[in-house]
Amino acid sequence: MSQLWLDTTWADLAGWIIPLLKASLINIQVTLLTLLFGFPSGFFLALGLRSGNTPLRVLTRALVEMGRGAPALVLIQFVYFGLPQVNLTIGSFAAAVFAISVSCACYTSEIFRSGLDAVPRGQKESAHALNFTTVDEMRFVVLPQALRISTPALLGFAILVLQGTTLCFTIALPEIVAQAYEIGSTTFRYFPVLLMTAIFFVVVGVPASFGIGWLEDKTKH
Amino acid sequence: MTLETVFILMGGVPYTLAVTCGALFIGLILGFPLMLLRMTRWPVARGVAMLLIAVIRSVPPIVWLFLIFFGIGSGLFPIDPLSAALVGFGLIAAVNLAEVYRAGMLAVHPGQAEAAAVLNMNRWHSFIDIIAPQMFRVSIPMIATFAIGLLKDAAVASTIGVTDLSYQGRYLTQITYNGLTIMGLVGLIYIGISLPISWLAHAANVHLKERVAL
Repeated sequence: MSQLWLDTTWADLAGWIIPLLKASLINIQVTLLTLLFGFPSGFFLALGLRSGNTPLRVLTRALVEMGRGAPALVLIQFVYFGLPQVNLTIGSFAAAVFAISVSCACYTSEIFRSGLDAVPRGQKESAHALNFTTVDEMRFVVLPQALRISTPALLGFAILVLQGTTLCFTIALPEIVAQAYEIGSTTFRYFPVLLMTAIFFVVVGVPASFGIGWLEDKTKH
Repeated sequence: MTLETVFILMGGVPYTLAVTCGALFIGLILGFPLMLLRMTRWPVARGVAMLLIAVIRSVPPIVWLFLIFFGIGSGLFPIDPLSAALVGFGLIAAVNLAEVYRAGMLAVHPGQAEAAAVLNMNRWHSFIDIIAPQMFRVSIPMIATFAIGLLKDAAVASTIGVTDLSYQGRYLTQITYNGLTIMGLVGLIYIGISLPISWLAHAANVHLKERVAL
């Protein structure tokens, strides 16, 4: 065990807390921006997936399958290392937000789609009978009910997005894993600092997953 | 983009498959006792299993791999990238498949166990001959979905130096600067690998549906 700890003192550990938390702000920023862009895009993709217009539906389906089929890591590198090929240079932060948003939109489109499908037909027919416009029908009748059904799955996905932001280590974004790796490579105390990083995710993720489980049970009944 | 590029990328595919299949195999085996522990009558054991599953799932794969490869690998004993990836993803697969098995168990109608009890089967027989086969049958589509997810997560193994598909993609990108073409191709190859898995799972599901009533 001593080889793992390398005489790491509590003071060492305490000294790493601030840099790690500071770096985790980048993960949180990328997560929040991704949700901001990804969720609405996912909703519009879901509308495309349910569209009566065949070419639009097929096109959306192809896009969603591509976005979900390629690993997020590959998408991130595709954007960051790929865009310079067409003379577009993009920073690692923007590349991260863009790539993860695309991935998020494609995954959540299925969540939104199943939520929209789960709203009883009668609700739409009633809105139609009451002379609601298509937009009002979606906004006031269907969407609020669909969101209620989709909320636990969307929150679960938000946690996965936070986990996914660690992949940006590979495009030199100074996020929490990059920070931990840097501390590890200068002190050789990889194990303690990576353990602290893992604990950060446990502290955020475990209560969140139990909370989402509780919410899921509540919405079911 | 030359034929050589494609060959180099294809050279990474066996490693991608090795990590995915190896981790899936470890997970399929270790997930079973973990599911039993998660569903046992003792509340303490159940709580421990539940917490273990939640903790392991909440840590991103890249952190697990770094912890094993750099943390344990540089301190306790040397460990090669492929083994580190197998241990890390095996662990992740085990907890996820434990939850898949659990969903499968819950989907088996309670009447099945009751009928077995009425027929004077002991608990062991009832489990092995009646419950478990149905549990596995229900689990197959969920296992396939997880396997496809695992295939994509396994790309993370490239960060600790497993020379898999995404590692080769990044290597070629760095020497040619054709990221769009190469990483695009890498993405398409991943999709290409996942298609047969979903077809196979669909075929297995149809075949088993005919043989195991549920």
